[in-house]
Amino acid sequence: MSVSVQTEDFDVGAEIAALTQDRTDIGAVVTFTGLVRDMGGAQAVSAMELEHWPGMTEQALEQIAAEASARWPLQAARIVHRYGPLLPGDQIVLVAAASPHRGAAFEAAEYMMDFLKTRAPFWKKETTPDGARWVDARDADDAAQARWDQG
Amino acid sequence: MKVLYFAWLRERIGLNTEQVETQAATVADLVAELSAREERYAVAFADMSAVRVAVDQTMTDISASLVGASEVAFFPPMTGG
Repeated sequence: MSVSVQTEDFDVGAEIAALTQDRTDIGAVVTFTGLVRDMGGAQAVSAMELEHWPGMTEQALEQIAAEASARWPLQAARIVHRYGPLLPGDQIVLVAAASPHRGAAFEAAEYMMDFLKTRAPFWKKETTPDGARWVDARDADDAAQARWDQG
Repeated sequence: MKVLYFAWLRERIGLNTEQVETQAATVADLVAELSAREERYAVAFADMSAVRVAVDQTMTDISASLVGASEVAFFPPMTGG
């Protein structure tokens, strides 16, 4: 289980290779990659700035990966999240879950993303034709996280 | 007390961190104290339903006690991912 909070881009293929290196017991690796979109609501987005809480962010991501590892039989869990200035098309976030079977890997990857949206201290600021604006939290993200409490 | 501000709270208050001399017993008391001190705090804390709070890096709410606490952070709901 490991997490990284960084300004640099990441390579999904290299991340998967690092998880599976020297192992033959992993049957499934599920990854999710989040990208900067060029639209926020109805407005064009030309750039994004991601602020975070150094120290606290790493702890929050480690806790999310640990919770996923406690809930499913994972052989590896990995979260990479970027901060700083980003452009449309740039990669923002990677979650990866490895397990003997696909079911646990799919669910754990989704669980980590859903908790990351509401529990990791990141704040997005978008640049639009009307100026820069802080992105509002979405009720849909709270709902996506809450459904794991019921199941 | 070390106080941290993130995102638009940081921008409105004009600081990311400061040391505050306070006897505030709760987060709500601290918010009232800062808001009375200067307009920029009153503006930032005008709608506390839009503000989240962590005391000593644990998420809590405005009613939380500050007895024995060393750090308070104020920030909007998180928007990572």
